[in-house]
Amino acid sequence: MKNLKKLLALAMAAAMVVSMTACAAGGKGAEGGSAGAAGDTAAEAPAADNGGGDSADAGKAASSDLKVGFIFLHDENSTYDLNFINAAKEACEAAGVEYVLKTGIPEGQECYDAACELADAGCGIVFADSFGHEDYMIEAAKEYPNIQFCHATGTKAHTEGLSNYHNAFATIFQGRYLAGVAAGMKLNEMIDSGKITADQAKMGYVGAYTYAEVISGYSSFYLGAKSVCPSVTMEVTFTGSWYDETAEKEGANTLIQDGCVLISQHADSMGAPTACETAGVPDISYNGSTESACPNTFIVSSRINWVPYFKYIIDAVEKGETIPADWTGDLSTGSVELTSLGSAAAEGTDEAIEKAKADLEAGTIHVFDTKTFTVEGKELTSYEADVDTDADYTPDHEVIVNGYFDESGADFRSAPFFNVQVDGITLLDTAY
Amino acid sequence: MNERTQKEPLFHVVKRDAVSRKMEWAIRAVAIISALILCSVIIAMFTGDNPVEIYRSIFLGAFGSERKTWITLQNISVLLIISLALTPAFKMQFWNIGGEGQVLIGGLASAACMICLGEKLPNGMVILFMIITSVAAGAVWALIPAVLKARWNTNETLSTLMMNYIAMQLVAYYIIVWEVPKGSGKIGIINQNTAIGWLPNVGNKYLLPIIVAAVVTAFIYIYQKYTKHGFEIAVVGESRNTALYAGIKVEQVIVRTMLLSGAICGLAGLILVGGINHTITTTIVDSQGFTGVMVSWLAKFNPIAMIATSFLIVFMDRGASEISTAFGLNQSFADILTGILLFFIIGCEFFIRYKVSFRTGKERH
Repeated sequence: MKNLKKLLALAMAAAMVVSMTACAAGGKGAEGGSAGAAGDTAAEAPAADNGGGDSADAGKAASSDLKVGFIFLHDENSTYDLNFINAAKEACEAAGVEYVLKTGIPEGQECYDAACELADAGCGIVFADSFGHEDYMIEAAKEYPNIQFCHATGTKAHTEGLSNYHNAFATIFQGRYLAGVAAGMKLNEMIDSGKITADQAKMGYVGAYTYAEVISGYSSFYLGAKSVCPSVTMEVTFTGSWYDETAEKEGANTLIQDGCVLISQHADSMGAPTACETAGVPDISYNGSTESACPNTFIVSSRINWVPYFKYIIDAVEKGETIPADWTGDLSTGSVELTSLGSAAAEGTDEAIEKAKADLEAGTIHVFDTKTFTVEGKELTSYEADVDTDADYTPDHEVIVNGYFDESGADFRSAPFFNVQVDGITLLDTAY
Repeated sequence: MNERTQKEPLFHVVKRDAVSRKMEWAIRAVAIISALILCSVIIAMFTGDNPVEIYRSIFLGAFGSERKTWITLQNISVLLIISLALTPAFKMQFWNIGGEGQVLIGGLASAACMICLGEKLPNGMVILFMIITSVAAGAVWALIPAVLKARWNTNETLSTLMMNYIAMQLVAYYIIVWEVPKGSGKIGIINQNTAIGWLPNVGNKYLLPIIVAAVVTAFIYIYQKYTKHGFEIAVVGESRNTALYAGIKVEQVIVRTMLLSGAICGLAGLILVGGINHTITTTIVDSQGFTGVMVSWLAKFNPIAMIATSFLIVFMDRGASEISTAFGLNQSFADILTGILLFFIIGCEFFIRYKVSFRTGKERH
């Protein structure tokens, strides 16, 4: 990828030099061509420029001296990072604090270096957005005890014993459950219209890795669908990457050929949604609406809204309050959101989602209520999960509490640890 | 205008006679200055930002604070070690583009020692095993294409390139074996609490790679310039037949040189895994096995000049990420600037060898 970029940059430079020499030689035609190319690029430039301008303005308008540094794995071309970048800008501008965004930081020593550079530059909070950043954030946190290091999706803050290192996540399984309700409504519509039989109500799911976060996601999605369409089954395939457009597209196509009549995903590219649009199969996406690219097949998308967390940590640091080791946003904090429905959604979906949402918030239903699913044909009455991360994956906490699997529960950690294989879900490949 | 001038091309390219050192450097300076001017024009045209501010920002990105300076020096060292490793093979006209894989497999060997021996042996022993295995792994990875070439004259460009992908897939496999937590596809920092197998800090955590790079530079310089081996490499590179005629065992030179090349790559892997990142990923080498090819060529295989060329590339890379942060420009924009600079630098070598004479007309009349 990086080579390709370098090659492209080189090719572009070559093209420019060639066009310049052509101009110098007095070739009118060449001049016209190069002006056209310049115009195209210039049209895109202001957007990028505004980003920079914003960040500089925020600095001037700062109402406190707090500065927040953000570390992102990719840039705004990844839907996952874009979701964080937008939230970071929104929260910092609302709070009137200065911010620095570092994009394209790999999950290696570069993350430690970036975190330390941000700390050196006077940031009071340093935040990183990718799972693999965690260990390097911990290293930096050890070195700068007076600066708060916050990390999304990590698992180690509650066992690391550092007062300035914190994890955060949201109960996105609730969002996925609600998206699952929308999926179930769509399946019911297909069954009612005679398009498929109840037995053919099979969904497909493109996952990244066989990681708890993904397992928790597809299981909650499945249970949401099952709550309105009891005959539903699901097939899951894994790509072995968080972002691999080709593999995600291939995965979705395999599932569609396999007879799946509705697709959802937990990976960050447009691969699965565009495959669905081409095949005319309804799709539930993730991280944000894909309606503009997939107007005919988009049903709904769930996402984590990080603005509440960012506002919370800024506020806590300004007031000198402690940030908990684990912070779990939910429907009530506004951290878990659904987009507005697309045209492919079935009638009555809005009402069904609202009802389920109200029940979840009231606590009258639970996503992982052990009465709603079986594991190897039996109800799950007791389960020990690997909450305290270790190299041997040792199960260490009983997580079935009051008749439900207490995913991301307050006594455990914010990052998902649900890794039970629910009946009705078939994994096509588990290599990753 | 007469018939004759119309037939004559606007300019023609003439090979220069031997160019003086002074002239060479003058041409290079002109190339770099014109690249910077062109970059300025592009910056001003597309972003409206002040080019001087951008250049200042690039400089600050590499040397803006004490830590930044150390990181820049450390990155230069790693790239330099990898480039130095490739150099003897290139000088022999053996196209080793397998540096990426040789570094990676060395890194994998280090990581394996850290994970598998971490709790069984004392720290010193673990580090000793890491050094031996990673250097050996890199050497073996280079030895395979070398033997294929020496015995059956296979195309080493292909075989070294293929070995990269084998190494990458092996690393991908072991990441899944060693991943923590399960299913995450990440190993994370190895022995984070015990620091077993972490190469010791010398002064500060950035200094060790710098020292190693200095030693390797001196070694390759002496090896190429003052030893019999170095002379043999040069002869084989100039002409295989001459080497044969002079009684040099070409096969032996190829195998020996590639072993050295791979061993130093393995050493780079050891430093990346044991000294810097303390983890292994498929992308840990970050294409430096290929960038090293350019560093080595730009410096014409001269180890001392390679300090400058690797500095240039790392400096631009560090500056690039700084301008993307400071000006909100996409990283790709910085890549364009680096591309332009490299294009001019590589392009100016053409003008060192050839000159362009324009049609004057006068001579013809």
